Amino acid sequence: MSRIETADVVVIGAGIIGAACAEALSASGLRVLVVDRGAPAGGTTAGGEGNVLLSDKAPGPELDLAVLSRRLWPQLIESLRAELGDEVARVEWEPKGGLVVATDQDAVGPLAILAEAQREVGVEAVEVTPDEARAMEPYLTEQVAGAVHYPGDAQLQPVLAATALLAAVRARGGEVRGGAEAHSLVFDGSGKVAGVRVGEGTIGCGAVVNACGPWAGHFSVAAGAPIEVLPRRGMVLVTAPLPQVVGRKVYAADYVAAVASSDVDLQVSAVVESTATGTVLIGSSRQRVGFDEALQVEVLRRLARSAVKLFPVLAGVPVMRTYGGFRPYTPDHLPVIGEDPRFPGLWHASGHEGAGIGLAPATGRLLADLMCGRESEVDPSRFKVDRPAVIAEVRT
Amino acid sequence: MRRIVVIGAGPAGMAAANAAALHGVEVVLIDAGAKLGGQYHRQDAVASGDRFAPSALSSDVSQAASAKLARRRFVLAPNVEHVANAAVWAIEPVDGGHRVHLRVGPADGLDRIGRAVEARALVLATGAYDRALPFPGWDLPGVFTAGAAQALAKGQGVAVGDRVVVSGTGPFLLPVAASLIGAGARIVEVAEANAAVTGWLSRPFKAQATGALAGWSKTGELARYAGMLARHRVPYRSRTAVIEAHGSECVESVTVARLDALWNPVPGSERRLEADAVAVGFGFTPQLELALAARCLVEDGFVVVDAAQGTSAPGVFAAGELTGIGGADLAASEGAVAGAAAAKYVGAAVEPPVRAMARVRSGRRFAAALNAAYPVRPGWQGWLRDDTIVCRCEEVTRASLYRAVDERDVGAVRALKLVSGAGLGLCQGRVCGQNVAELADVDPAGFAKRPIASPIRLSELAEEEPVESPIDAEESGRALGVEY
Amino acid sequence: MRVRFDGEEVEVQEGQTVAGVLLAKGIRSWRTTRGGGRPRGLFCGIGVCFDCLVKVNGVPDVRACQRVVAEGDDIRTQAGAELPS
Repeated sequence: MSRIETADVVVIGAGIIGAACAEALSASGLRVLVVDRGAPAGGTTAGGEGNVLLSDKAPGPELDLAVLSRRLWPQLIESLRAELGDEVARVEWEPKGGLVVATDQDAVGPLAILAEAQREVGVEAVEVTPDEARAMEPYLTEQVAGAVHYPGDAQLQPVLAATALLAAVRARGGEVRGGAEAHSLVFDGSGKVAGVRVGEGTIGCGAVVNACGPWAGHFSVAAGAPIEVLPRRGMVLVTAPLPQVVGRKVYAADYVAAVASSDVDLQVSAVVESTATGTVLIGSSRQRVGFDEALQVEVLRRLARSAVKLFPVLAGVPVMRTYGGFRPYTPDHLPVIGEDPRFPGLWHASGHEGAGIGLAPATGRLLADLMCGRESEVDPSRFKVDRPAVIAEVRT
Repeated sequence: MRRIVVIGAGPAGMAAANAAALHGVEVVLIDAGAKLGGQYHRQDAVASGDRFAPSALSSDVSQAASAKLARRRFVLAPNVEHVANAAVWAIEPVDGGHRVHLRVGPADGLDRIGRAVEARALVLATGAYDRALPFPGWDLPGVFTAGAAQALAKGQGVAVGDRVVVSGTGPFLLPVAASLIGAGARIVEVAEANAAVTGWLSRPFKAQATGALAGWSKTGELARYAGMLARHRVPYRSRTAVIEAHGSECVESVTVARLDALWNPVPGSERRLEADAVAVGFGFTPQLELALAARCLVEDGFVVVDAAQGTSAPGVFAAGELTGIGGADLAASEGAVAGAAAAKYVGAAVEPPVRAMARVRSGRRFAAALNAAYPVRPGWQGWLRDDTIVCRCEEVTRASLYRAVDERDVGAVRALKLVSGAGLGLCQGRVCGQNVAELADVDPAGFAKRPIASPIRLSELAEEEPVESPIDAEESGRALGVEY
Repeated sequence: MRVRFDGEEVEVQEGQTVAGVLLAKGIRSWRTTRGGGRPRGLFCGIGVCFDCLVKVNGVPDVRACQRVVAEGDDIRTQAGAELPS
């Protein structure tokens, strides 16, 4: 394949968000080049669990985006299958539902209040008794005080999903280039983005999408348009392959509070699920330690404790692997999706923290709608770039 | 207290422990085995006693005398705590050094004891394991690594089969064959994929004189093995390899073929041999995970070290196969240098161990020549068929690996693993990593990153471990690099 | 010293590994894979490959080449992935 010298849009970052944006843009007829300084789908995307969750979001703009995304994922997979065939469209999509479990009585009330609020905006959230919860998940602890079942929660394998989306971009005449670092932007006389410097050369383009995930802040500084996206580290434990132990995505009720927290300190709450290959994934931790990759055994220890508390049978099961990643965090916990008011032609799509896999299709769709001047299904104003939490001071 | 941790009690680790101990440093020597010696000095596990343990010295000698003996007879010095049956599952960087997490007790059991030992200096001597190249049928019971055949013969007194074919490359195949004979097996054939050893076997001293293997102190030892194989009329064929194993539940026969210079099978040269076992060894892969956890720089698959065996990570020293495949003598010399340097790092008065350093230099020259004589050639990829398993744990076939690479354009290990499944099983890519990386044309380095270095059960992980000898951060501030 | 292998009593010596005991009895495989149900036994012999998994006293995923037998051990073949009992 010949290398693209000019493109309509250059997407920087070949993770799930960059892939989804590139897919949506190429579906709109634009010629897209995706560049990544590393290998495609090798960063935050490879360090995720594949959450497509409604359950962990309170009513608000992020839940709106999640609801749209949850509807789009199966459609998108179906269209990829028609376009690329079964094998490439294989993303281990499992609409298996979620079960949020309160293990002490104090957590039951707040969980019920959240479920009620979610129901009001159309999310299916079914309160179940402890007996019902244990019937759904036979290995669940006997200490269940209350639980809510979310049939809409789903899971997929993020690297399969991202590589499938990127395959579609290539099939439509676009290109995905790994090992290509974008350094800075090139502007035309009117101050509009006209290209991007990648590696040794410059690629002319009409628009650039900053989809660098946790590194979006870094790139924005290099581009001269700083936005407030910070890394938040998360670790996951992987067990040896097991027979079916966990049917749904099962997590402790305190997870919702941890997701919404801005705390710098370590937060750990159990999120337990089986994967298609039989392993059980145990999350989740959230910690703001910059880009420090050093192993912290205390984090693993607390993950192990929280998982065994939910599923006592796991006590004797070997952990064979741990992996981690940096998630793109914004101070107001909302993604940044839109054009930068400082530099026309520079777009941002980042800040999804641990929800990027789930929110990817709606993010791609919203970005493409905005860029192509179409009406969008969700209100874009809450994700706009020029909000105080994202741009501390607007520079020109 | 001056204390270092040495991980691995093979030739390198034992030498490091002794070298540091003889400079008055307390040493914690951690190893997975029940007895000292590692894979090389594999001791008979069923026999009583441990020939390297301090108790092997007569009990009436004084400590000073026993230290002297230890120097001479390669018996562990008394101020070394040997922690046997221990799995180091994580190394965690802490202020001024590292915290080593281990579980001690029956392998993979539930009741192992947790320990966490801190030290300002670490010596990593985790060794290497055999590389097995895949071929159709290599996942049948009856196909073993050469190291397995060796370990079972020497450590357990068991031959892995009655009629065994040994296939691979390098001089290590000879002691493996000899051990098998010693354990009662019949060697059907030794197949050496490269050419060099042939001339060596028939005219060992002439080959030595040619220069490539000049200075090999093991010449006599190998000549003994060669003599033993000749006495047992073992056919030894160069440029030959087992390219397929046949059988339904177990190996019943194998196909061997002549190889060209790139290891492509020569058409028409295939022969079928009746055999119930195959021992395969195509060089060695270093156990890098702990070195990577300690953030040591790795280049071309080996830990980079300076003249004092210091790695790029302050206070972390490496010795033995981790730094390059070179055999037991070189490993022991490197261990002696590393142990002395680690002792100096924690404040002991240490003169440069110049003799050991000289042995390291000459040993490395020899190792380089040896490794150049026994490379792995790319033709092995042609031994595989579409349905040949490449990742044994996850049962990933060559066809599905290629599909992942081609259809999804995967260019690096992390994504390759998640897309193909190769390397995601319990062995964490230890067996398949290098092979898969070569098949997929990606950098193999990513496979060796394993922050959990050995499986640990969730109940064990959940348990708090008391930290032994926590580092005094103020004291550690004075630590300097070791330069001679 | 005695252990049981799949219910049958076996005479063993101190220091023997589970793999050493089984191979000495001529048993080549004691596990099946979870994908294809293929037979597996010892492969690397030094704890690296995790092919030789076996169940000891109700605990699965024990490497037979690393585990030294203890008096009365109940050793069982492992079929695919199993949970501790």
